[in-house]
Amino acid sequence: MAADDVKMRVSDLDFYYGPKQSLFRISLQILTNRITAVIGPSGCGKSTFLRTLNRMYETVPHARAEGEILLDNEDLLTMDAVALRRRVGMVFQRPNPFPKSIFDNIAYGLRVNGTHSGAALQEKVEKSLRRAALWDEVKDQLHKSAYLLSLGQQQRLCIARALAVDPEVLLLDEPCSALDPIATAKIEELLFSLQDQCTQIIVTHNMQQAARVADFTGFFLLGKLIEYNKTEIIFKTPAKKETEDYITGRFG
Amino acid sequence: MLRRNSWRKFVNYFMFSLTGLCALIAVGFLFFILGYLVWNGGSSLSWAFLTHLPTPVGERGGGMANAIVGSGKLLLLASAFGIPIGFLGGVYLAEFGGRSFPFVVRYTADLLNGVPSILIGIFAYAVVVLPMKHFSALAGGLALGVMMIPIAVRSTEEALRTVPLMLREGALALGASKWRTIATVVVPAARKGIVTGIILDIARVAGETAPLLFTALNNQFWSPGWNQPIASLPVMVYTYAISPYDDWHRQAWAGGLVLLTLVLVANIVVRLSVSGRSAR
Repeated sequence: MAADDVKMRVSDLDFYYGPKQSLFRISLQILTNRITAVIGPSGCGKSTFLRTLNRMYETVPHARAEGEILLDNEDLLTMDAVALRRRVGMVFQRPNPFPKSIFDNIAYGLRVNGTHSGAALQEKVEKSLRRAALWDEVKDQLHKSAYLLSLGQQQRLCIARALAVDPEVLLLDEPCSALDPIATAKIEELLFSLQDQCTQIIVTHNMQQAARVADFTGFFLLGKLIEYNKTEIIFKTPAKKETEDYITGRFG
Repeated sequence: MLRRNSWRKFVNYFMFSLTGLCALIAVGFLFFILGYLVWNGGSSLSWAFLTHLPTPVGERGGGMANAIVGSGKLLLLASAFGIPIGFLGGVYLAEFGGRSFPFVVRYTADLLNGVPSILIGIFAYAVVVLPMKHFSALAGGLALGVMMIPIAVRSTEEALRTVPLMLREGALALGASKWRTIATVVVPAARKGIVTGIILDIARVAGETAPLLFTALNNQFWSPGWNQPIASLPVMVYTYAISPYDDWHRQAWAGGLVLLTLVLVANIVVRLSVSGRSAR
């Protein structure tokens, strides 16, 4: 599949928390196996947008999405939610490993998806930990509790856990905001290395991170998508004034 | 000015002493009861007491072995009935939304908790003893089980609520269904709180006497099966205490001591294990 194929097509997406609308007619296209960043000031709706892509908003009563989001030409708003989440994975802002061993954390998604044989699990767990560049650090402690890891390691564990089920798309909601710069660098390296294997959409409030890591960037403000283009264009020659104001730090 | 100052100081000091004294009295009652039981019942406690059946009045020796085992059997039956219902009810309240039904359930559970235990006994009498035409461990176990339900519901619900949303979302995001998330992530994460709640629930119900008075009744002998009246510590203590025999009075003290010890040990063990966890 050529990298220029469209993986997800969002058309006129409106989102409501009860009577209050928080996303207004969002339309954009996410390209396959590229990294797309979503930036904007606090409260602009970027996390809300991300969470519509795997329907995590369904845990909130009275939240609803209207419009169309196509995942490879299938409307993901009407798909079976469980089937959707097996194709679209998510990594959260704070590392959230389960209170289980490192091995069982990674194996959790595998077991949910039908892998039960010990040998197959071993192999897939090792593969995910290697992909997350965590294998060497934890290979001797796979049966220890995940909580014994540092915060940065826990987040890489969560990424490994999400990758274990081979998602087509990986959603990352400010994955580095709880981490120190060294851990952040390791994770950015990891995301880079996953290019060509996985479509990534990363929400970040750190503009420099978007500039470092993403091929495409979308700028959100007050629930609207102001501008969406190649990262280079957004940061060097933005078309809209609001974008330019945000990039140059006139507001945050 | 000086007089107002010293009056204020006096009132402060007086209230401090008064409230402190009341706190001491409140705490003191536990030690007073425990001390009284040890003083009066300690001498009658022996290995024989714990392992022998009651003997007719006047005969030396005898014990409450059947009451200890009987209480165990009743609690086992009560737990088998009350805990699954209470636990699953608590899971419902904590995990499944809606606004009016959960509110009604919670409210009703609290009301059930407040029903006088003797009325629960009468209920079990009408529903089990009368149709069966005799007193039984089954009826006693049911009565105690009904008392266990509201406590189990609330403690399970509270334990599950302490599990952060992040953990649930992590499982859902991997493609787990809601029920699977609850069973394999949320409940295991809350297991310490749930187990604590269950142990405290059992300990609370272990000493209930009124519901057993006309359901399980009492028994001077072993009661195999579930269809016979069965001895229990609280009822045995009651029976012996109101009897006119000194020997039985001494045994009642000892029985009370055994009962209180078991309940205290359960409570202390549970609280120690919980505090150890929050220290981590």
